[in-house]
Amino acid sequence: MNTNVIRVGALESEAIYIIREVVAQFEKPVLLFSGGKDSITLVRLAQKAFYPAKIPFPLMHIDTGHNFPETIEFRDRLVEELGVELIVRNVQDNIDAGKVKEETGKYASRNILQTETLLDAIEEFGFDACIGGARRDEEKARAKERIFSVRDDFGQWDEKNQRPELFDMLNGRIDLGQNVRVFPISNWTELDVWSYIQKETIEIPSIYFAHQRDTFLRDGLIWSVNDEVVYREEDEEVEERMVRFRTVGDMSCTAAVISSASNIDAVVEEIRASKISERGARIDDKRSEAAMEKRKQQGYF
Amino acid sequence: MNVLKIATAGSVDDGKSTLIGRILYDTNSLTEDKLQAIEEKSRQRGFDYLDFSLATDGLVAEREQGITIDVAHIYFSTPKTSFIIADAPGHVEYTRNMVTGASNSQASIILIDARNGVVEQTYRHFFINNLLQVKDVVVAVNKMDLVDYSEEKFNEIKGEIEYLSQKSNYKNQNLTFIPISALHGDNVVEKSNNISWYKGASLLEYLEGLQVEEENNESKMRFPVQNVIRPKTEEYHDYRGYAGKLYGGDLAVGDKVTVLPSETQSTVKSIQFFDQQFDEAKKGSSINITLEDDVNVSRGDMLVKTGEEPRIVKQLEATICWMDSTPLQASEKYYIKHGINEAQAKIMSLDTLINTDFSGKSDNPTQLSLNEIGQVKLKVSKPLFVDSYKENKANGAFILINPKTNNTSGVGFIN
Repeated sequence: MNTNVIRVGALESEAIYIIREVVAQFEKPVLLFSGGKDSITLVRLAQKAFYPAKIPFPLMHIDTGHNFPETIEFRDRLVEELGVELIVRNVQDNIDAGKVKEETGKYASRNILQTETLLDAIEEFGFDACIGGARRDEEKARAKERIFSVRDDFGQWDEKNQRPELFDMLNGRIDLGQNVRVFPISNWTELDVWSYIQKETIEIPSIYFAHQRDTFLRDGLIWSVNDEVVYREEDEEVEERMVRFRTVGDMSCTAAVISSASNIDAVVEEIRASKISERGARIDDKRSEAAMEKRKQQGYF
Repeated sequence: MNVLKIATAGSVDDGKSTLIGRILYDTNSLTEDKLQAIEEKSRQRGFDYLDFSLATDGLVAEREQGITIDVAHIYFSTPKTSFIIADAPGHVEYTRNMVTGASNSQASIILIDARNGVVEQTYRHFFINNLLQVKDVVVAVNKMDLVDYSEEKFNEIKGEIEYLSQKSNYKNQNLTFIPISALHGDNVVEKSNNISWYKGASLLEYLEGLQVEEENNESKMRFPVQNVIRPKTEEYHDYRGYAGKLYGGDLAVGDKVTVLPSETQSTVKSIQFFDQQFDEAKKGSSINITLEDDVNVSRGDMLVKTGEEPRIVKQLEATICWMDSTPLQASEKYYIKHGINEAQAKIMSLDTLINTDFSGKSDNPTQLSLNEIGQVKLKVSKPLFVDSYKENKANGAFILINPKTNNTSGVGFIN
């Protein structure tokens, strides 16, 4: 007799286990959704964790207003298909209210301003667990992050005083006012994510694939031309290039890479052969050696 | 692809970070931008070689002091295997991190400085690997270049560890010794010409040859229920699925199961993963199952195969490794988390303090301080369904949580 046998892969099984623990241990979880490949992967894992029931928590997007339009369109379509609630909070609101000051100049970015909006939203809705798509292989401060990462009222990460995580037991006990950031795909690498998207035929925003785009060069990186959100010197010449994005953040802090990979198979091949790390195209990490650690201490996710 | 989790341990300055950096470099896992950053930093600091430790020491304090203070996770892969290294620091005060790293690993690398030989830290690392029953342990004798690649020195260290291993209670450990120089790359990825007397595999060859099978091959199936899935839609009106991860054994449709603690019996009706049904699920899989009968099952309950029931207990004897700066004391109360099941626990007695250098134990200590290991008896507020750690790692371990601080204060291994 032929039997139909399932062996769930170690990383996928671990991620689903973690997401299920979040729903069991917390009262008000939320999935932080950026429209990037990692959070899209999280959404698929959450679907798998609770099928045939719907995903039992909302998605939340902290919108900087500097997103690629393709990402926003994609986000809205996905949410409609899944029938889950989407919460959007805008960095612009905090800027308008004078709560935060927008950066100016050549390297201006709203990346850091997201933290304030995120913390406000956590308080507004009373979220006690925020599921995020950060991975330990991305950056060396993240390599030390726990799966359940406890944050205080100010969202601060106390990296020297983290709870040990033994076997797969996850301690989600917190005091009122604290919340936990949860990273189910902590142990995935960039290639693991891309291979998963390929295997599962998960749809992703079109900017991840090669396309013609108006760009300019600065510091050896390829920047998108968008006069509203990306500052450009007059002598920084616009040129149309065949590019794609390897990581999707704000237009003002995400550089493109030259590529002809126009489908998922080609992208996976390109990543496999790549000699540059994913964060190499993140302008926000280039600020200093400890840029990520500092942002995380201040509540960045 | 196979995923192999490895824990590393070594004393301060044994060159652990350098070893990992070297592995990353020699397997082409360091990308150009990371390599560039390392080259730049090494030059700035006036080193005449590349300081690979810069690739792994992620926190500012670590870079300042040039030491590793928390478990870092490092990823690399070869065409055959994906590796995850949990890099735990070797300082006395950070033993808890070593236990943490080992708890999530299938294999372990103990690093020894060939010049210093076996030191107190080595005993401790070796002891922890035995306590956690890590099956494959490789002793990498590093800095061989600084002892003129001496075979005699290597054999001396090997002899000392082998003598230690005879004192250990855990007898199924596979112990391997490899002479290396992380700085120069001898026997790390490539076999070295400098150590012609050594005929074995390089470190990476050895790691690639390890079996990536789930631990506890021979143990019994345990299915702790994480969530009850009730879609409440037209299509799935009466659906009640039990979501969880399979530990220790496989499960098939038609298997007779017993629900704990109620001890009611039923039969597996369906096994579901996402939108597909299966006849059988392999251990390690996070799945969703339904039962033939309308029995009462909720979070924290456990399904086991009928006839393979674990012990159902309200009292436990366990070996505890303490991880909190507030010491463990007899008659203190904690939360106990056994897998996903939670209860309250009271320490009834603290029987022995076990020396981590294999030198024996002392009876009736007054407390268990940070990084100490001891035998305790404890009472729990509701029945737990346990195996001994020896029989089933996942179902034989628990953590203790301090109710005042919510910190994970200790880990226990059930006798």
